[in-house]
Amino acid sequence: MKRFLGNAVWPLAVFVLVLLLWHGATVLFKIPAYVLPGPIRVIEAGIDRHENLAKAVKISAVAAVGGFLLSVVAGVATALLLAQSPLVRRCLVPYTILLQTVPIVAIAPLILMWFGSGLRSVILVVVIICLFPIIANTTQGLTSVDRNLLNLFRMSNASRAQVLFKLRLPHALPSFFTGLRISSGLSVIGAFSGEWFASSNTVGEGGLGYSIIYASSQLQTDYLFALVIACAALGTCFFLTVVGCEWFFLHHWHESALKAEED
Amino acid sequence: MTHMASPETSSPLSVTTSAVAESGSSAAAGAVRPFITVRHLHKRYGQGAPILDDVSLEVASGDFISLIGPSGCGKSTLLKLVAGLTPVSQGTIEVDGMTPANGRELMSFIFQDATLLPWRTVLGNIELGLELEGSMNAARRHEKAGDLLKLVGLSNVARHYPRQLSGGMKMRVSIARALATRPRLLLMDEPFGALDEMTRDRLNEEILRLRSEQGWTALFVTHSVAEAVFLSTRIVVLQANPGRIRRDIPVPFPFPRTAALRSDPAFLALVGEVSHALRELNRGLHGKDSET
Repeated sequence: MKRFLGNAVWPLAVFVLVLLLWHGATVLFKIPAYVLPGPIRVIEAGIDRHENLAKAVKISAVAAVGGFLLSVVAGVATALLLAQSPLVRRCLVPYTILLQTVPIVAIAPLILMWFGSGLRSVILVVVIICLFPIIANTTQGLTSVDRNLLNLFRMSNASRAQVLFKLRLPHALPSFFTGLRISSGLSVIGAFSGEWFASSNTVGEGGLGYSIIYASSQLQTDYLFALVIACAALGTCFFLTVVGCEWFFLHHWHESALKAEED
Repeated sequence: MTHMASPETSSPLSVTTSAVAESGSSAAAGAVRPFITVRHLHKRYGQGAPILDDVSLEVASGDFISLIGPSGCGKSTLLKLVAGLTPVSQGTIEVDGMTPANGRELMSFIFQDATLLPWRTVLGNIELGLELEGSMNAARRHEKAGDLLKLVGLSNVARHYPRQLSGGMKMRVSIARALATRPRLLLMDEPFGALDEMTRDRLNEEILRLRSEQGWTALFVTHSVAEAVFLSTRIVVLQANPGRIRRDIPVPFPFPRTAALRSDPAFLALVGEVSHALRELNRGLHGKDSET
């Protein structure tokens, strides 16, 4: 705990310093609030409209978490399929790479046309964005098992299921979590971009992405800042949750978790 | 690796009644079938150069055979072939009258690195072989793994994870895991190659103690002549490109052997002889191949 506080002191100091500079600059140069509101105005805007803000955060969080969980299920299933044989990988890997390379804005019109606007489309965008890191990392973990460990299992005449559950899956856990860490950050970005074009138009049902467009169109720059900060906070929360899970599962045995302990 | 029901000549709990299985243990009888028979063995990977060329070898039950030779002589490949981990190109291998793959239940393999599962504790690693066999319940497995841990002197680290152990301790765990399934044949591929000399010497003595208690047969690949002489009943010297058996040197020293043997003049003379045989091979090799 003491070490944690020690680690937190410096970033916090930087944070306070930035706030002070920000506040000082807005006062000193008399920057109009619609261009750059000072930190106090941003906080006020957040408090004044906390109901709207909380609602937007909640809607985006549901989309991000929902899409993230779906992509974990779909990603692991795909990785298990890909891990079956080099032939399967040769056949399918090019198509998983498409997931990564086709820009989401390019397929946005299709998604909108097929699924309309609303939560469903936003979740779909999150899944498309989150899927690839999970597939790629988990597959890599499943297939990079040391040859001699496989030989060891063969010497015991282990079944395919035993090799999968007692060797490949535990071995893939660290890479799986690497994928999760990347996707946890992407999930909020995905929810945000999804809402940018596919958010429900009904008043009070738009998430962070929708609210930011709205705030900017109304020149409510202070509220816009509050929304951006909420967005960053949401992403950080997801990321830290995944890192916490990772630590829980790996700290007994894996080097990466071990190093974090010793540093 | 051995099932509970399969022949265990060294075990007092043995349930076998098969006369064939018992025959191997009496090394004195001249007419008995060897435990391992390798006949006119050829091996190449794909269309590559031959790794092993017409290798024939007989191993009696209870023998400790060291395979030694320059890199590329196929000694590790020979172990893999006996274990059935890679197919024979030509020729035959029999282990106790069975094909390598069928004979696996009698064998354990110890690799150069300890190949422990990092997510399992020391105890969990030792239980692995028993667990994969599925022949015992968890409590019994636990007990057995505990016994083996005592045997290799690591009871105090039963709950540790492999990353917390030194190289020598990891190798001991690997040995205990291999012995847990009560093998009759131990295949060891340079198990002590990565360890410092003191640890290696101590583990050599320990391996001999375990062998005298359990009576398994061993095929042992090594680069160290002194290690080979200390451990073996026979040393098989191979040449490289292609791998062929060049010398088969019996090691006459009686068991039990102790650390004192290492300074015995006869021991040193034999080390000298084997080293000389190896040097000759290398000289021959340099004529046509500058790789080494």
